[in-house]
Amino acid sequence: MKKEILKLRGVKVHFPVQAGVFNRVVGHVLAVDGVDLAIFRGEVLGLAGESGCGKTTLGKAILRLVEPTDGEVKYISQDDDETELTSLEKKDMDPFRKKLQIVFQDPHSSLNPSFTIFGSLQDPLKKFGIKSKEERRKIIGDLLEAVNMRREYMDRYPHEFSGGQRQRIGIVRALCLEPELIVCDEAVSALDVSIQAQVLKLLMQLKKEKNLTYLFITHDLSVTEYLCDRIAVMYLGRIVELCDSEDLYNNTLHPYSEALISAIPVADLDKQTKRIVLEGDVPSPVNPPKGCPFHPRCPKATDICKTEVPTLKKYSTNGNEHYASCHLIDLPEIS
Amino acid sequence: MEDKNNIALSVRDLKTFFYTNNRCNKAVNGVSFDVEKGKTLCIVGESGCGKSVTAATIMQLLPTLSRIEEGEIKFQKDDKIINIEKLEKNGKEMREIRGSDIAMIFQDPMTALNPVYTVGFQISENLKYHTNLNKKEIREKCISLLNDMGIPLPEKRVDEYPHSYSGGMRQRAMIAMAMACNPKILIADEPTTALDVTIQAQIFELMDKLKKENDTAIILITHDMGVVAELADNVAVMYMGNIVEAGTADDVLRRPTHPYTKALLESVPVLGRGKNQDINPIKGSTPDPYNRPIGCQFAPRCNWQTESCDVMPEITQINETHQVRCHKYEQFFEKYK
Repeated sequence: MKKEILKLRGVKVHFPVQAGVFNRVVGHVLAVDGVDLAIFRGEVLGLAGESGCGKTTLGKAILRLVEPTDGEVKYISQDDDETELTSLEKKDMDPFRKKLQIVFQDPHSSLNPSFTIFGSLQDPLKKFGIKSKEERRKIIGDLLEAVNMRREYMDRYPHEFSGGQRQRIGIVRALCLEPELIVCDEAVSALDVSIQAQVLKLLMQLKKEKNLTYLFITHDLSVTEYLCDRIAVMYLGRIVELCDSEDLYNNTLHPYSEALISAIPVADLDKQTKRIVLEGDVPSPVNPPKGCPFHPRCPKATDICKTEVPTLKKYSTNGNEHYASCHLIDLPEIS
Repeated sequence: MEDKNNIALSVRDLKTFFYTNNRCNKAVNGVSFDVEKGKTLCIVGESGCGKSVTAATIMQLLPTLSRIEEGEIKFQKDDKIINIEKLEKNGKEMREIRGSDIAMIFQDPMTALNPVYTVGFQISENLKYHTNLNKKEIREKCISLLNDMGIPLPEKRVDEYPHSYSGGMRQRAMIAMAMACNPKILIADEPTTALDVTIQAQIFELMDKLKKENDTAIILITHDMGVVAELADNVAVMYMGNIVEAGTADDVLRRPTHPYTKALLESVPVLGRGKNQDINPIKGSTPDPYNRPIGCQFAPRCNWQTESCDVMPEITQINETHQVRCHKYEQFFEKYK
């Protein structure tokens, strides 16, 4: 039986939009608008979607790097103790910070240029009680070797490293407290293809060695297919499809996922498919369309899509659970 | 090889060097290719391989610290052949060609448009200098261009500033600007890197249409092999300032013969191949351009490196269309027979 590590229920993150002389709140950006999601121990869950769909915000909300406006984030420890994270005081959050870590998108801006690598990375170790400097140096040195870098590099400054190396340092930073879950926020998007493959391989190897769980946030669906066990596709702050990664490609249910997959250029002349070209842009999350948020761009939209918001329903494809939120799915719903 | 009249632009042995801090960066180090009318040539490579510099050289948009060291860029304009590299950078002739006969789409639509002028103004500038249209006609042409690009309400949008356009719309406005004078050659420097995949699909659809309707030759610069597979007729793979392999899309993608091309194709996960596909990273990283390997530039990262690789391999013509720069190409090409 798969055990859950995180359970999200109805997570919402709304940012106020202020305007005028008195900075009155004139509206809200509905960055994440009601997400239910469970992450199982030892899996790689992909979170895919276009820019502005709220995937990064959701990743940060889990770690409370942005405060969720509403909803629950439950952490379930190995001994089945449940803790609700969003209601904790800031300092009570500390033990959970150790368990949940993040690798940021841009390796160039996520390291402080005025500290050496050791200087940047030792702080969390200090905070969590590793008092002796030798021990801290040993931990960081070992991890640097684990990501195929030299131990001596810890006394260098970030500007001495290339993008791929910095991203690996970012991974070391996330690993040094021995976390259980790592949120990888577009961890390979800023890298060149040849370096991207190196980092992807490294992430997979570390997962095996250290028994990690990843929430892998990316806009690149070919990477998710390679890496992830399950994939959640987001659109305008909501999850529109959630299923096993193979089913997403072979038994796509939601028209948005279908268009997204067809739009990806495939580096294989034998696998060229017809592009489904969506009209227009992603609507503004300040004022999302009524009904199904995807209906203005959906090639299959009918009248019901304009008025009623579809909910995430459970179906079955290939004997696997498959969630999708669309009115037009022709499969029997499973309760 | 091909019919001479079909070739819109022919580049031979082009070298562009940068001079900074008393050092010389051989950014483009002997590049040759032809672009045919109505065809797309994709130039592929990682960052720093010189693909953007090649584009800037053709447009004569190089910064002051660099110059064209050697080589020829022959552009065919109404049965006349013009050597672009001989023209003065800001001379009358070059200005006539730039923007009207050869146009360029830049990588980042957020910074390539001037935020203090309306989009309409920026498109009409091109028309003002290169055509004899009057003010009213220019405006009409602007609106029809925006309309062709699929921008809704072009009559209204033409007077708006870039900040009120979304990323995809800005890129379309850039394409409208580039297409304003029906150029013979369109150079697109990573036109969709900053955009989402669904918007990217829209832009590609548009470029395909332009190619078919206007017989424009397109030079598309990209780092994404997927884009190459979808759009390219011909492909040139660049590494450290050299073209290492060139040919039709079929040649290069189905029968990659240079180890670098092979490695590039194997290093990206391909959609639809599932979880069990194997990706092979290329070891190491691109060398420092001031401290280059001697001989073959890819040798230190190559799995098939031997002593003979200390000498820069010559370009070898495998068949009519396919050429490669590797000592051991025969060994790879053998397998495809």
